[in-house]
Order: sequence, then structure tokens, then C-alpha cells
Amino acid sequence: MEQVIANGLYLGAQYALIALGLTLIFALMNVLNFAHGQMYVLGGFITYTVYGQLGLPFVVALLASGVTLAVIGALMEKFLFRTVIRRSHREESTMLLAAATAFFFDAVILLLFGEKQRGVPKIVKGVFNDAGIIMPYDRIVVGVLAILFIAAFVLYMQYSRVGRAMRALAQDRVAAQLMGVRVDRYSMIGFAMGAMLAGVVGGLLVTITGVNSGIGGPISIKAFLMVMIGGAGVVGGAIAGGFILGMMESVGLTALREYGDITYLVIFAALMVFLSIRPNGLMGKPWG
Amino acid sequence: MTLNRNTRIAAVAAFLAIVFIAVPAAISASGRFDLYYTLTSVALLSIASAGVWLTFYIGRINIGQGAYALAGGYVSAILVMNHGWPFWPTLPVAGLFCAAASVLIGLPILRLRGVYFAMVTLTLTEVARLLALALPVTNGAKGIVSIPLPGALSVFGVTLIPDFATLQNSRLAFYLLAVTVMVVCFAVMYRLVNSRIGRLCQSLQQNEELASSIGVNIAYLRIIAYAVSSFFGGVSGAIFAAISQSIYPSSFTVTDSVNFMLNCFLGGLGYVFGPMLGTLVLYFGWDLLFQTGQFQLLIYSGLMIVLMLVLPNGLLSLSEVGRKKG
Repeated sequence: MEQVIANGLYLGAQYALIALGLTLIFALMNVLNFAHGQMYVLGGFITYTVYGQLGLPFVVALLASGVTLAVIGALMEKFLFRTVIRRSHREESTMLLAAATAFFFDAVILLLFGEKQRGVPKIVKGVFNDAGIIMPYDRIVVGVLAILFIAAFVLYMQYSRVGRAMRALAQDRVAAQLMGVRVDRYSMIGFAMGAMLAGVVGGLLVTITGVNSGIGGPISIKAFLMVMIGGAGVVGGAIAGGFILGMMESVGLTALREYGDITYLVIFAALMVFLSIRPNGLMGKPWG
Repeated sequence: MTLNRNTRIAAVAAFLAIVFIAVPAAISASGRFDLYYTLTSVALLSIASAGVWLTFYIGRINIGQGAYALAGGYVSAILVMNHGWPFWPTLPVAGLFCAAASVLIGLPILRLRGVYFAMVTLTLTEVARLLALALPVTNGAKGIVSIPLPGALSVFGVTLIPDFATLQNSRLAFYLLAVTVMVVCFAVMYRLVNSRIGRLCQSLQQNEELASSIGVNIAYLRIIAYAVSSFFGGVSGAIFAAISQSIYPSSFTVTDSVNFMLNCFLGGLGYVFGPMLGTLVLYFGWDLLFQTGQFQLLIYSGLMIVLMLVLPNGLLSLSEVGRKKG
């Protein structure tokens, strides 16, 4: 039982970090970033290259992942999404663009890194084994790092000038603009931060699960699930959604083991019922 | 529509002549019989995309059409294989099954809007795939294979459709079948959109609260539109299963659902025939790029991004640009 909870917490911390990036982008731009999973994969491959291939310290690799993805995110916002939002009649058009960028990243990743499953050497060796919990040390390190990143993100959003501006934007774009918030600039920073978070998680998780070019789509779907559970565009909701999904996955894998591979089926079904009762998730704003 | 009645009739006649006479003639003249398969796929996928378009019409982003296509394919395949039905009656049954399922699923989820609906329908596709893997009747990951070709259909002793297995060129037969169904579907859709219900649906797209305050029964309309949409999806999936003579849980995945949505976007959301054009361009574009080998996806998605930047309102919006200038 303790084992299940520990696994759930570890998974939840990763998931929450993925969902935070997605929800940030959604809150600021009303864009559902289909390419989020691909950004995660790209971050994973950058860490693989820097840490696994070049042999530089892990921290440098993580930094490289974060910075590269932040730059990519900023460029995407400036040259792609901003243009389409300005020209299109309907807001939904950004979804086509997001899906196209997801395909594009898939292609780039496949060309640059190939289709093989890649892993890196462990960052910390050894296994924690006490009080009925077995957990490799590297998982603990990654889990703690993820929680630290989440805390840093929340504090940044809460107390920094940039964070305040972004929260104002998320609440009401027009009002924020009237109050002198530079909408374009903060949209770009927000998109870059969201992409950076995806890259950082990719870099963290490559040390545990490894990475391959095909997992981008499934990761995006998981991120959507978390955002739906918690409510789109709300920071607290993304964190809650991440931990809930991590917990459900961990419990489900144990409790439903004898029925075969149906954990996700049960999660999906539960989500459908949940959403019919609370359409906006746990703490989402009405009508996304 | 600014076109007058005569030009419209002429356009429809020209379109029918092209798909039913000119295309088969051109293919048999050039000997490129593989094109039949491509065009059949385009026709079927555009039926499913038409369904997605209809949900766009009531202001919902539907990324769940793959689920209904998969369900339709399985219903048809199971009825043919396990219950000994002939193919033809399974076609409407598959459609109706999907429509009924969509009413049940739609009642709760159609209350959602915007990205929420999009995300729920996306997961619905995944649910359908997992269900197909888990249910005993669907035969898991192995799928259902070697489904017989559609048999003869005769009414009162008159053979309307010959047995596909006895035909020399079953590709042509499938092409004609798919194109006929496509024409019927788009005719139904055109009629629906240009009827009272269509106007009401447009009011939903703009403002549901306002529409409901004037007395439009929005819940009922949403269900109707979603059911018709899923019916299209089911029919297209059923024919697809018959053509490929097999159906697997991976026959329609999230990628297909996203592609159905992209077809609509590309063609243009404001035009009934948008999904048809979008499917044709995307499918052929993908096929043509096959020669570029490993760069196929890169070029394809790159072109899509560029297209989106230049024409964010769909290919058919080109005509609008021309009209404004002229």
C-alpha cells in the first residue's frame, strides 16, 4: 500500500509538471498545444545528447533542454500562433496549427534522433528500501526535483512581476491590455515558459524511463486528461490533476492487475462520468 | 449562396459526371487502377470528415470521429462474421448503432464547450481503441480478419448490386459504392444546413445562450447534429472494414480523428463541401510526398503550417479573397 502511494506521488509530480506547461499556454493564449508531448520528447532527446552522449553534467543537460525548448516556444508564439490568431476568423484555427506543429516536431525528432528507444546512465545509483517502500534513489531525486520545480513555478507566478502580468492576462486579456500590460510580450514569455516546462520534464524523465520518438502523442493525451480533471487554464487545477492521475494510475495498475490492461479504460470512463457532473473540472473557469 | 439555381444545378451535374463517368474513364484509359483505392479512401474519409464538419457547425470541435468509425467497422464486421448477416443491411445498422451510442455519450458531453469538448472527444477515440482491445467480442489486438466481400443485393428478384466477389474489378465497384454514399451524405448535409434546422444550428455556433433565450431547443439540436455526425462516421467505418476486409483496434486511432478534423479545417469550416476538398488535398498531398521518403512527414507538416499561415480560413476561402478584389 505504501508502495502504491509512493509510486503515485512520484508519477503525480512528473505529470503535474507536464500539465502546468500545457495549462499555462492555454490560459494565456486559448491555444490547446497539441505539440506538448512532442516538446517533452524533444527535451528528453536533448538531455540524452548532452548528458548521455557528450558526457556533460546532468544539470547542464537539463538546462540545455529547458533553454532550447523555451527558445522554440517563443519563436512558435511569435511567428506562428500570433499570426494565425490575427488572421483567422475562428479561434479554433489555432488547433490545426498546433496539430501541424505536432506532426512537424514528430518528423524533426524522427530525422534527428531516429526511432530507437534511448536511455542514459543513472544519475544516482542505489535503491531506497525501508518501511515497506522500495524506490530507486534516482526516482526519488527526480520526484523531489519535480516538486521543487512546481513550487518554484507557483511562487514565480504568484510573486514576480512577470507572473502577475501573466495572471492578469489569463483573467482578462482586454482589461490587462488596458492596464498597460504588454500582451504580446507576456504571451510570448508564457508560451516559452510552458514549452520550457515540457522540455525540463522530458529531461528529468529520460533518466528513468528513457525516451523514444513515438511517445509524444500519448504524453499529450495524458496531459489533456490531467488538465480536464483539474480544469483548463488554472495552475492549481493542473497540479491537482497531475497528482490525481498519477495516483489513479498507480492504484489502478495494482488493483486491476488481474483483469488485464484496463487501467486506462477505467480512468477514461471515470473521467466521462466526472465531466458530466462537473464540466469544468475541479477548479476550471466556466466555458474554457 | 450567391449562385443562382441554374448554375448550381449545372455545377452538381458536372460534379456527378466527373466522379461517376470521367474519373473511371480516365483511370481505365491510363491504367492506373491503384488510384481507385486512393479515391475510394478519399471518399470514405470525406464522409467521416463531413460528420466532423457538422459538429463544427454547431460550434463544437470534434476529435472523436475515429471512435465512431471504429465502432461502425466493428458492428458491421461482427454482424457479418458472427451472425451471418449479409453486408448491405449492416451498413445502416452500423450507422444507427453509432448514432444511438452518440446520443448516450452526447447527452452529458455536449454540455461541454470549446477545448473541453475537444479534449473529451479526443479521449473518446482512445476509449474506443481500448474497448476494442478489451472486449471479448472484438477479438482483441488480433482484430477481425478475412471478412467476406459484400454479396449481391436484390429487391423483389431484381439484382440491384451484383456480388462483389464475382466481379472482375471489385475496386471499381468499391469506388462507385463509396462515391455514391459520399454524394448522398453531402446531399443530406447540404439539405440539412440549408434548412430551418441548419439556420438554428448556426445560431448555436454564434451564441447558445441567446439562441436558447429566443426559444431554440439547443439540447435537442445538439444531439441531432451529433447523432447525424456519428452516423456518417459509422457508415464510413463499416465500408472501410468491408474494403480492407479486416478491422483492428488500430484501424482508427487518435491520428485519424485529428486528421478528420484537419480535413475540415483545411477545406474551410464555412463551406459544406470543405471537408471533401480538404480530404482530397490532404490525402493526395500525403500520397504524392511518398517519394520524398523519410522527409515525407516533415514536408507535409511544413506545408500545412505554411498553408495555415497564408490561408487560416481554409482553401475555399480563396474564392472570398477573389470576390473582395473583384
